[in-house]
Formats: sequence, structure tokens, C-alpha cells
Amino acid sequence: MSQDTDPMAEIRASFFIESEELLEALQDGLTSLEDGDEDGEVINVVFRAVHSIKGGAGAFGLEALVRFAHRYETALDEVRGGRMEVSDKALKLFFQAADHLSDLVRESRDEGELPTERSQELLAQLDELIGDDGEDAAEEEIDFQPAGLSLDLDLGLPGLPPLDLPVAEDAPTEAPGFNIHFKPQLELYETGNEPFQLLKALHELGDCEVEILCEDIPALDDLAPEKSYLAWNIKLTTAADAAEINSVFEFVEGLCTLEITPLNAAASAPPPLDLSLPGDLPPPPPTLPDDDDVPVMAAEPAPTETDPVPVAETSELKPEPKAEKQTKAAGGGKQPAAKSVVRVDLDRIERLVNLVGELVINQAMLSQSLEQAGLSPHSDAMNGLEEFQRLTRDIQDSVMMIRAQPVKSLFQRMSRIVREASSAIKKDVRLITEGENTEVDKTVIERLADPLTHMIRNAVDHGLEDTQTRLDAGKSAQGNVRLSASHKSGRVVIDVSDDGGGINRPRVLQIAIEKGLIPEDSNLTDTEIDNLLFLPGFSTAKEVSDLSGRGVGMDVVRTAIQALGGRITIQSEPGVGTTFSISLPLTLAVLDGMVVEVAGETLVVPLNLVIETLTLSDVDMDMIRPGVLSIRVRGAFVPVFDLGVALGYREPLEDNSGCVVLLIAHEDGQRFAIMIDDIRDQRQVVIKGLDENFYRSPGIAAATILGDGQIALILDPTDIVHQAGNAAPLLDPALVSGASS
Amino acid sequence: MTLEVLAVDDSRTMRNMIKMALNTGDFEVHTADDGVHGLEVLEGISPDAIITDINMPRMDGFGFIDAVREQEKHRATPILVLTTESAPELKMRAREAGATGWIVKPFDPNKLIKALHMVAG
Repeated sequence: MSQDTDPMAEIRASFFIESEELLEALQDGLTSLEDGDEDGEVINVVFRAVHSIKGGAGAFGLEALVRFAHRYETALDEVRGGRMEVSDKALKLFFQAADHLSDLVRESRDEGELPTERSQELLAQLDELIGDDGEDAAEEEIDFQPAGLSLDLDLGLPGLPPLDLPVAEDAPTEAPGFNIHFKPQLELYETGNEPFQLLKALHELGDCEVEILCEDIPALDDLAPEKSYLAWNIKLTTAADAAEINSVFEFVEGLCTLEITPLNAAASAPPPLDLSLPGDLPPPPPTLPDDDDVPVMAAEPAPTETDPVPVAETSELKPEPKAEKQTKAAGGGKQPAAKSVVRVDLDRIERLVNLVGELVINQAMLSQSLEQAGLSPHSDAMNGLEEFQRLTRDIQDSVMMIRAQPVKSLFQRMSRIVREASSAIKKDVRLITEGENTEVDKTVIERLADPLTHMIRNAVDHGLEDTQTRLDAGKSAQGNVRLSASHKSGRVVIDVSDDGGGINRPRVLQIAIEKGLIPEDSNLTDTEIDNLLFLPGFSTAKEVSDLSGRGVGMDVVRTAIQALGGRITIQSEPGVGTTFSISLPLTLAVLDGMVVEVAGETLVVPLNLVIETLTLSDVDMDMIRPGVLSIRVRGAFVPVFDLGVALGYREPLEDNSGCVVLLIAHEDGQRFAIMIDDIRDQRQVVIKGLDENFYRSPGIAAATILGDGQIALILDPTDIVHQAGNAAPLLDPALVSGASS
Repeated sequence: MTLEVLAVDDSRTMRNMIKMALNTGDFEVHTADDGVHGLEVLEGISPDAIITDINMPRMDGFGFIDAVREQEKHRATPILVLTTESAPELKMRAREAGATGWIVKPFDPNKLIKALHMVAG
């Protein structure tokens, strides 16, 4: 714990981090239960998650959180104790409660406004679920008031008379002090208590005259070394009140004979109060260390009349059967083995990432200067450099791995979106997730949340038919939304699919024409029609439902995905369903790029977009209309954009021969080409963001530093085509709709 | 005199709270994540007192206390139970399992220290 930060604030922060983990475990557990997992440990995990959140919340005085968690926990305990079946209804409520709990945690963390009404609503439902008429709740409320950091000192053992009664009422104010008679029983020692410590604690309260009573000690022959023979009389002069004296004996209450009488009332001592446990003492265990200093007297046992006459007290102190089940055995079979983890501040990782970035740049510089020095590619130095490059790449991958996180947390948020969305529009929807453990850069995960939320809502709202339509079509009443993540050839692919009716293409086409987005006589392929969904200002919802019709269209989703270096595509089949695929780079920090030259400028094109390179002879190029070029590649026409023109570096060339053309693949299979002057290199480049310092220039994604120290811009080819398409209004939209819009 | 304490709790927050509360220079605090881990840690140390949570994965507090008490050298080691429940029957169960005393969460650091001194000197 560092000294310059408030340790309490740090623990508080760590509590919220831990809570997130617990909430995740909670979601997991509930999902397992939903899947019909019979393992008894699952409900324990669920219970413990809520329980731990409650415990931590109490420590920070987060009352609303404690109150909700407590009653949620009570309901879960019913299931755990086997007193309630996990019905679908119960499970649904548990899920809602889990969602709400996570709301409360987050609002508490951000010190925002707590949704108290929702709490009440859910608590009422929880109470109803467990058949609680609310009386218990009120009672427990008292018990579980966040104690505001206090040690519980109540002495109410069931069946035992309150300890302080005889003294509290006639405790004198003028002659402070108490006579205490204390005789430990064997259990006192067995539970690890120690009379010496108690006497010491009493001594701290005031002056003690301690008298040891050895009357019970038997003859040496009869002495059982582990038995409890000793008793003490203590005359304590103190200003402390009875409650304080009692608190000293809190832990041993019921394990000893204890009489506490106010000093001046000693003459009229109340009947002795025996707090001993009923029943026979168990046989003494082998050895106990304390009584070394006991004077061993060869005397008859003292007459028993000095003993207080025990008041028969027979209360059954068996714990309620509902108390916690022991789970001694190591873990339920399904739990993955706990991994050993280290928590690292994100800043440190960022620093490491940056350093590795510098390393890549440096290594590029070194390789460049070695080349310039004219070293043979087979020289030791060059071989060494190659090895160096490989290692650099490995380090880079490893560092990226640190930043990577499973998409699980993201998917869990989505399952909540599905629950809320489906209940808002009364559709029965189930979310199926796959590949939860696929790891993606942390930043990507964070920035994926909004677009994914939108897509999931769309799938529930627009993708799936209503129940009746589904039944009529011979489908299950329950709609399925599938969310999957996987790694494919160096990229992360996230699919959102539904088993709904598919995209209604005639209607999409009609809307696009009505809105003037495309000419009326457009003749589009299915893919092109699907892509119309990404046009700004497109919305198919006949009525704007309060769910997905918020004026945010798929174009915003696409923009967000593209900002992450990703692409999004649609596959749809009428009557079967629709799949949106997002393909993302593994990292935002490094990129495999093609270094190209246009009009004397050096630029970088992301390598994964380039599917082919061609050198032009003027035969290949056709001018479809003035300003619109196309080339013929294996029998197909592909639109060509002159990069130099698009970026404003030069006027269109008279003669394009000798230029190089990069064939760029769009996600949906559409292709276009950009024309450049030359290809210089192919290498890893470190992405340096421009947005913080410059305005976002169209067509430019970021910048990088090359080996020679030169700065080069990293292109966003799709955006360039988009801009060029806007600049050339004569361009047939059918030709570029897939590529540019 | 420095008291050596073993604190067993599955909640990181709680472990940190305990560590902070006992960060007075008078205590040497070891921590463990659950009962099983607690027993492992216990093999290497001889604490003057043990603090344990009840509700933990793998091995809960009751199981842990049982296992500790079975060890000859820890038959009389003071064990304080940390519990959110102040229900009397829970205290009784803790005691039957062999716990020395109990502390109700959330705890006041001073009271925790006082309780530790009460049982361990």
C-alpha cells in the first residue's frame, strides 16, 4: 500500500473491482442454473457472490446496496437450503435482481443516484417469491442495518437469561465496582479462550483483587490434567459499567459460571446465575498447557458449598438446520481450476505497450541503416537482425496478450440487454453465447459495448418476428439470438445472428428509394440491398419503438466498428435469419502495413485489406464516365480511385501506365482498387493516434513513424473511397454502394 | 510484542480491510483465500490468532476451524470468526466448531484489535 494514497479509498476501489468479478460469477452461476445444472455448488457460488458484495458494501456504509443484497441473498438461501425449487419464474427474477445489483454497485461506485424504486419493486417480488409476508424482512432489517463499523456486542444467547440483568438495575453510581465470580468450564479452554487474558482485560478496566479458588482441585492421583478445576473471585474497582464488564466475557458466555454483582450490593447478592452449558462434559482431551502454576495440594476436594448452586438451565443450543452447509470437499467438479493472477495497473501496461512500440520503430531504423551500410543479406549482422525482428514480434504479441481480456464480461452485459429488450416488447428471446473466452484487447472490448448493444437490440426488435408469426412459420415460440466470438486468421470475429425472418429486401429497397437514398431505377444485388441498412438516416422500423428506434442507425454502428479498425458485414436469408459479422484487428497498437508512395508522399495501407497488387498498362484501364475509372480484373470491373487525387496531392494523371493498383477487399466481397505510384515496403508499424492533436481528416486513420524517422500517414481506404464517391456524384451508386456507403 | 495473525477470507476487500485495520505495527498479518488455502498457509507459520470468514469456497469456515483444531499445536489457538450474521445460532455454531470468539462484519478496526488482544494477549 503506497503511502501517498488514502488506503481506505484504495480498498474501496478494490471492492468495486472485486464486485465486478463477483457479479460476473453471479451471472455465470445463474446461467448454469438456467441450463439446468444440478451441481449443488453452483447455488453456493451464486449465494456467496451476493453475500460477499453485501459484506464489502457494509464496510463502506453503502446502505442501499447492503439492504438489497441482503434480501436477495435471503431468497437465494431458500434455494440453497433446498426449501425452494428454481422455477423459471424464480430464475428470471434472480437474473433481474442480479442486473439490479450490478446497477446498484455501479451507482454506488460513481456515487450516482440509486434506483430505489426499482429496488423496492424487486424486493417486493423477491419477498413474494419466497412467500415472505414482509414481517421477517422488517425484523431482519434491524438485524442487518449496516452496523456503521461496529463490533456486535449484543449478548442475547437464546434460552439464556440476559447476563446483565441482575446488576444493571441496581448498579450503584457512587460506589463503582463489582464482585466477579468466574469458574471456567472445559469448553472455555477447548475453544481457545484463556482466563489469563480475561483477567488481564478486567485489570485494564480498574484495580483488581484476584483470589484464586483451588478448592476443587482433587488429590494428585485423581487429577485429570485437562479438567477445569480453578475458579476466581475478582474484586474489581472500576468506573466501567456492567455492560463493559460483560463485554469482557462476551466470548466465554455460556462456557463458564459467571456472577457479577455490584460491590455495595454484595451483601444482598442475587441468586447466582449459572451460565454453564447443560449436559455432561465430554471426556478431557490429552493435554492443555495452562495450569502449570496450579498449586497441587494433596488435600481433599474442598467442600462444595462454596460453589454457587447451579440454576438448572436446559436450553437446547443446537444450531438451526438451515445454517450453512459445510462444504469441506474441495470444489464442485465443474469449476475451472483457479489460475494464479497478478493485478497490474493499466498504466503500467500502457507504458510497456508504448515501449514495445518504440522498440519496433527502433528495430526498423536499425534494419534500415544496416541495409544502407550495404551489408550482405547473408551476413551475421543481417541474420541476427532477422532473429531480433522475430523476438520483437514475440514480445509484442505477449504484451498484447496482457491487454487482452475474454469477451465474457461484454457478453454478459449483452445477455442483460436481451432480457431487458425482450421483456420491453414482450418477445420471448434466448441469448446463446459462444466463444466467451475469446480474448480481445481491453480497449476494443470497451468500445465495442455500444455498437454491440445496438445490434443486439436490433436483433431482438427487428430481427426476430413476434411470437405468433414465429409459430405460424413453424418455428419455436422462443426466438434465438446468438452471439459468438472467435479468432479467424489474425482477427477477431464477432457474430450477432438471429433466427428471425431475415431482411425484408423489397421493403428495404422501397424505403431507400422513398428516402431518396438511391435512384428509383436502381437494380441492386441482395448484398447491396442489405448494405443499404448502413446508410446514414436509414430506419426500417414502421413505428419507432422505444427500444431500438432512437434515431441511431446502423451507420453509427458501422462508424464505431470502423473506428476500431474493424469491418461489419451482413448475411441474411429470408425466413431463416440474419447474421451481422464484425471483424476486428487483435490490437489497436500495431499494424501490418504496406508502405506505398503517392506523388512523393509516403503512406501506409493496412496490409490485411490488400488482396492483390497489379502494375498497370493503359490497356487495363477503362474510363466508364469522365472521372470514373475502372479496371478489368479477371473479367470483372472494379472501380479505381487515384489516391493522389483523392488526397488532393495532384491532378488526375494523363497517363496511368506504370502505376500500381492495390486491390482492396471489402468485407462483403465487394472490391475496389486504389491507384498509387509505387510500393516501398511491407512491415509492422506502430499506430500513433492523431485524433488527440489533430482534427480527424477523412481517409486518414492514424500515423506512424518509419524506420528512417519519417512520419507516414496510415490510410483508411474504405473512407477514402467513401469521400471520393461523394465527390463524384455521377458515380453509379450501385457500383460503390457496397464499398462506400 | 507483535502478534502473528492469520486472516482467512475469500473476499479480497475483506482481506485488505483486515490488513489495514491491523496495520498498526503490532501485528504481522498473513492472509489466505479460503479454508484449504488457510491450512496450507498455516503449515508454514504459528500464528497467535486466526481470523476466519464462514462462507468460503472449497472449504468453509466451519470446516477450517475443525481442521485447525484437529492439529495438536492449534488446539488452543484463538480463532475469531468473521460473520455478517449476528444471529445467535450462528455464534453458537461457530463456538461448537471450536471458535474462540466472533466479530460481526462490518467491523470497527479498534474493536477487531481489542478482540484480538482479548483472546491472544
